[in-house]
Amino acid sequence: MTTLTAPYRPQTSQEPALASSSEVNYLNASYGVKSWLLTTDHKRIALLYLMSVSLMFIIGGLAATLIRLNLLTPSGSLVTADTYNKLFSAHGIIMVFFFLVPVVPSVLGNFCLPLMIGARDLAFPRLNLASWYLYMTGAGLILWVIFSGGVDTGWTFYTPFSSKASHTDVVPALIAIVIAGFSSIFTGLNFIVSVHRLRAPGMTWFRLPLFIWSLYATSIIMLLATPVLAAVLILVGVERIWGIGIFDPALGGDPVLFQHLFWFYSHPAVYIMILPGMGIISEVITCFSRKNIFGYKFVAFASICIAVVGFLVWAHHMFVAGQSAYSALIFSLLSYLVAVPSAIKVFNWTATLYKGSVTFHTPMLFALGFIGLFTIGGLTGLMLAALGLNVHVHDTYFVIAHFHFIMVGGMVMAYMAGLHYWWPKITGRMYPEMWGRVAALIIFVGFILTFIPQFVLGYQGMVRRSHIYDPQFQVLNVLSTAGASILAVGYALPLTYLIWSLWRGSKAEPNPWSATGLEWQTASPPPTHNFAVQPVVDCGPYEYSLQSAIATEDIDEQH
Amino acid sequence: MSIDKALDRKDSGSRYYAVYGVLIILTIATVGLSFCDLHAWHTIVGLAIATGKGALVALFFMHRLHSARITWLALFAGLFWLAILLGLTLTDYLTRAWLIY
Amino acid sequence: MTNKTASPWWHHFDSLEHQQETTTFGMWVFLATEVLIFGAIFTGYTVYRSTYTPSFEAASDRLNLLIGAVNTVVLLTSSLTMALAVHAAKLGQTRKVFFRLVLTAVLGLVFLGLKALEYYGDYRDELVPGLAFDPAQWTAPKVHAGQVQLFLVFYYCLTGLHAVHLTIGIIIVAILAWMTRRAAFNSRYYAPVEIWGLYWHFVDLIWIFLLPLLYLIGTRDRWL
Repeated sequence: MTTLTAPYRPQTSQEPALASSSEVNYLNASYGVKSWLLTTDHKRIALLYLMSVSLMFIIGGLAATLIRLNLLTPSGSLVTADTYNKLFSAHGIIMVFFFLVPVVPSVLGNFCLPLMIGARDLAFPRLNLASWYLYMTGAGLILWVIFSGGVDTGWTFYTPFSSKASHTDVVPALIAIVIAGFSSIFTGLNFIVSVHRLRAPGMTWFRLPLFIWSLYATSIIMLLATPVLAAVLILVGVERIWGIGIFDPALGGDPVLFQHLFWFYSHPAVYIMILPGMGIISEVITCFSRKNIFGYKFVAFASICIAVVGFLVWAHHMFVAGQSAYSALIFSLLSYLVAVPSAIKVFNWTATLYKGSVTFHTPMLFALGFIGLFTIGGLTGLMLAALGLNVHVHDTYFVIAHFHFIMVGGMVMAYMAGLHYWWPKITGRMYPEMWGRVAALIIFVGFILTFIPQFVLGYQGMVRRSHIYDPQFQVLNVLSTAGASILAVGYALPLTYLIWSLWRGSKAEPNPWSATGLEWQTASPPPTHNFAVQPVVDCGPYEYSLQSAIATEDIDEQH
Repeated sequence: MSIDKALDRKDSGSRYYAVYGVLIILTIATVGLSFCDLHAWHTIVGLAIATGKGALVALFFMHRLHSARITWLALFAGLFWLAILLGLTLTDYLTRAWLIY
Repeated sequence: MTNKTASPWWHHFDSLEHQQETTTFGMWVFLATEVLIFGAIFTGYTVYRSTYTPSFEAASDRLNLLIGAVNTVVLLTSSLTMALAVHAAKLGQTRKVFFRLVLTAVLGLVFLGLKALEYYGDYRDELVPGLAFDPAQWTAPKVHAGQVQLFLVFYYCLTGLHAVHLTIGIIIVAILAWMTRRAAFNSRYYAPVEIWGLYWHFVDLIWIFLLPLLYLIGTRDRWL
């Protein structure tokens, strides 16, 4: 690893007692299964999440693999229509509720938030552990449902199909999602309370790292949107069990009401997925261009703005569902509004890169990939928010490509960036840099090849959720599947070398990137109580200019 | 919380009984009014009284008057987001009849 | 909440006050999410209520207002005893805390008992869609049996969810009473009593709004 500058730490007024002296850290402080399953240490809980979330990612990815393989031929020769329905439902449910929503908050957020605000733990450590158990209960239940026969409703559970017509295990699936929902509510609660109450001395709101701002914004959504999802899924369950329900047109009920309540959660949930990713990008971009973020307050408030405005746009998923035209008008307009804070972020990251001393380490490669892919995803989102165009591409592969650009091109890239960035801190080991860069490139190329053809397919009229298609679409589908196999290799690489690095990676220094955040001021891996000495903060989070200025001074002095 | 602990020593909690009395009177009022013919106003009146009762419970029983300012944030966030949910959903239902395709 | 370590608060807090204020804030944040969980069902209710007003009024008139009103008083009383329990906890009057918590839990049980009685009455009156429902009794003009069923489903969902919350509340208050007996709290450390008091009042608050929304939406001419 190239050392970037002399390890200078402008963040704390007192020199932190670096635990390079002590060999005891959170990983080896105690041993045994019990010390992990009953831990209240946020860092260990983050690792528990890391393992379970990765498992869910693999299972969801396998479902995606089968979907893509089936779409190699127009006649869908691999699986039956019924199995195909169950496959895309499993893929959607697992990836959305059990991977994308929890992944960054629960793994990286859980690990980094207390470290970054200079706290010893989250506000409610036992609640944090309880969230993991809730997550595991939900995940176990959903896996049981999927492997014992599956559900065929899609991840959206639209009524009346989910409440009346479907013959699969809808109710257990609903219960699993409600349980996992409470896991994310409690995580959000913990984050919000911790940020308010546990900041280190001197850590004012505007000295918070932008990752914390984005986690805070995410938590707002988790807290205020997830209960609505829980309630509406309970209503569907009631309707399904008793056969008398709220969304039943036979009684005068309105299935579109389900969609309103469902998207009140599920649209903001998109921002649960992307906001923490944006926070990671802010950390990585500043660190690897050695510059303060351009327009700190704009980026910080853009997160909050996205969280709030994200609640005002949900019915743009329902333009052709039969809602009032006036309502559609309002929601279309508001959907355009939410692009503003997202654009602010993209421009500010780009401006941060300008004249920075950019180095292309693995996290930076992922972050740059994120910016490009997220921009494409965001702009096609605006196309979808336009009422007229939406009618043309509604429920086609255009939509699929759009949200995969945000979710996979955006969020998974950002997660990869964050995972590599904090990997030395989490494990105390460096990942192999060369392999990391190769993986980043492969994932980028594979992703582009998978999803760009889908934009074209969708625009030409290939509908989503169909296991067969018109033969004219085959070439592009084959391209997409080819891209997906490259993507699969890209994801298999980090899985392999990150595990390899646990034993064979070189030992990480406390601050391998010469980054400025508080989390880099303690040992790698950190001790159980995070900091040997309570850190005190006296400047902003990205004072890289200050850092290099002082480094230059040091050199001058030596001369 | 601990703001007026010194006062609390002498405090017999009599204000709780007073608030309780008002709550009971308001309950009798709201039930009684349901027997009067208010036409379409039943829900409005009922919700107004309920809001008054709710405010009493929040301000006194839940110590809204004395607890940290920060907790107002949580309260208002909950109500604000409920308003978003209700308001924007109703933009659909209240305007559906305006335009028949 | 006390940890095994020497200090009576968790290691990541500065002081006991810091911990208590933080847990109180945490409970308020949780209650904000509770507002939305009831709010979602309430939104569905409002949509149909504004569309199917005559059916909703007709169905509302058939609910048992007597039990509804008595239950309101029961729950308000339990809120009073809860507030007094918190008050006593602040002063460290352990015996009073114990009796008031027990009284609160008992009043909660009374509420549930009356509610069960009311549900049984609804069942006998054929007001339970799917189990016992007679479409023939809804013949008034502008009243449709289907819409009446919608109202009733909301009635059971809202009161049912409320009852679930109350049941959780009763269990926790009972545990708190037991803990009080075991001298777990004192005038400095009583955060659990305080924050679950907040929860209890919140459940009461929900009922305060359910009463007019479910029982009092039309002009009544009888109690039952």
